[in-house]
Amino acid sequence: MKVDIAACITEPGSSERNKTGGWRVFKPVVHQERCIDCGSCWIFCPEACISRNEAGEYVVDLDFCKGCGICANECPTEAIEMVLEEK
Amino acid sequence: MPHRDVMHGSRAVAEAVKLCDVKVIAAYPITPQTHIVEDIAEMLANGEFDAEYIMVESEHSAMSACIGASATGARTFTATASQGLALMHEVLWIASGMRLPIVMVNANRALSAPINIWNDQSDSIAERDSGWVQLYVETCQEALDSVIQAYRIAEHQDVLLPVMVCMDGFVLTHTVEPVEVPDKEQVRRYLPELRLPHALDPEHPVTMGSLGDPNYYMECRKQQEIAMEHALRVAEEADEEFRRVFGRGYGILEEYNMQDAEVVLVTMGSVAGTIKETIDMLGSDVGLLRLRMFRPFPKEAVRRALRNAKVVNVIEKDVSMGFGEGALMTELKSVLYGSDIRILGTVAGLGGRDITTEHVRQAIERAERALRGERVEEVAWAGLKEEAL
Amino acid sequence: MKEIRFHGRGGQGAVTAADLLAMAAFFDGKYSQAFPSFGTERRGAPVTAFARISDRFIRLRSQIYEPDYIVVQDPSLLEVIDVAAGLKSTGKALINTEKSEIKLNTEAEVHTINATRIALDVLGVPIVNTAMIGAFAALTGEVSLESVIKAVRRRFPEKLAERNVRAVEVAYEEMEAKL
Repeated sequence: MKVDIAACITEPGSSERNKTGGWRVFKPVVHQERCIDCGSCWIFCPEACISRNEAGEYVVDLDFCKGCGICANECPTEAIEMVLEEK
Repeated sequence: MPHRDVMHGSRAVAEAVKLCDVKVIAAYPITPQTHIVEDIAEMLANGEFDAEYIMVESEHSAMSACIGASATGARTFTATASQGLALMHEVLWIASGMRLPIVMVNANRALSAPINIWNDQSDSIAERDSGWVQLYVETCQEALDSVIQAYRIAEHQDVLLPVMVCMDGFVLTHTVEPVEVPDKEQVRRYLPELRLPHALDPEHPVTMGSLGDPNYYMECRKQQEIAMEHALRVAEEADEEFRRVFGRGYGILEEYNMQDAEVVLVTMGSVAGTIKETIDMLGSDVGLLRLRMFRPFPKEAVRRALRNAKVVNVIEKDVSMGFGEGALMTELKSVLYGSDIRILGTVAGLGGRDITTEHVRQAIERAERALRGERVEEVAWAGLKEEAL
Repeated sequence: MKEIRFHGRGGQGAVTAADLLAMAAFFDGKYSQAFPSFGTERRGAPVTAFARISDRFIRLRSQIYEPDYIVVQDPSLLEVIDVAAGLKSTGKALINTEKSEIKLNTEAEVHTINATRIALDVLGVPIVNTAMIGAFAALTGEVSLESVIKAVRRRFPEKLAERNVRAVEVAYEEMEAKL
């Protein structure tokens, strides 16, 4: 691959190709019935990998979630549980 | 129409910035600054040309602001000197690494301590590896012309590197002498609008200044080195074209009285004038080689110019402490490796010590003694007060 | 080539005097150069400035050690430094003083002008540089009065320029009358 001048990255969003979810040991599991829709997990996720699906539920993009557990820690109703991931 | 006028060297540079339609000027207008940026501010206030003038809180910020502005594809200028250049040090590498065609005039001045505001070239020599093209000028006219040429070199698509025009502080910046100010239309034709291929543009987003991990960093550096090699050719072409358009040129190096000269003095900057005057005064058959371009170093051209030389004496306003000689002398030894040329050095003019015709005469005499096979000092410090050591 | 060395004290405009002389010579169609000795400028400290005038471009950039002319803007400097050092025996010294005669350590001609009085009369401040240049033009003929006036008009804002033009003229006439 040719390096662009000054190592410029000319393709927007190309970092998405670098899937970083593999770093994870624990994964967050959202118990939707306990969710009060406060949005704290969405706000606090440092990877911005929590989004809402069409049903309005908060879901985690496991391609990029590194399992840091901040979402679980911030959730006021303990609706997010960190579960040891089997690989 | 071009017009002849009489002005300070600093003013001549400001005139060049105006002629080049520079869009952004960032400067820290406090010591060690020159009146270059003061004159530019005055021109802008008078509506003589239109540009963004950013007053920043340090030279580090001045160069950072230039980087941001240049990254948008705007023609950008700043000026500094001595401690100011030193404070820019880390940002200089970012400007060149990001391949931004910024032009900066450095008024060559000594570095502290002891505190010294006067001329020498230690400041820019210390930045020789920072990836900037470096030009050293002899006269106020050449300072003006070199700023125009600098944009043409920097912005060439095969180069895209920042250029530092080095002019001796005080000796040129504060000297009043006749200068021809070129015609604006001619400058416009000589200097096409800047087209920065990797410029920031919301329509075509790019990430600049990204991580270059060990997989890519070396390739980026090699690309810079290739661009430097191109800069040599581009600078020669830019000067030839300049001569065609404006009727005067300088070359990337200047040979004076060099035909059959066995003894050659080598130097950079304004002291070349005093050396030429001394050679003529003495009726000497000694030659002078003035390097106008120090980075990229014109190795082939220097070898060609010195092919008949037997003894060379490098007169320079810098010294590499712990190596006992100036940088130019060391580099000349490297370029002439394997040849029989005897290379001597003269450290002169540090911290504004006046370089007189007598100092030049002594440098010539020492080289001539070496030519006759006598033992001479390899490196001498011109005008040094031995009794004060 | 003619070499001129100016001696003054910070605040008296010696550096500007050298600049004005170089500008005037340029307006006369000659090549010229002017530069200060680059001291750490402060009011009252001895200041030296240099000017060269020639028929061809001036390449020499060292300071001036054997001047054709010296211009001394402050008589008190005579006790502090050897202002006439290196002055050519064929040269001329121009001293600002109220005395009609001054002993200098030189074989060169020594001329005096009371530029402080002229400056106080015309400008109201003891800044003598323009008067000294006016006297210098009359004494040496190295630059024309017209070109000195043109240089002054170029260098100073309008109101200040006209007063300084007057100082040049008064000093020029006074010097001319003495010769």
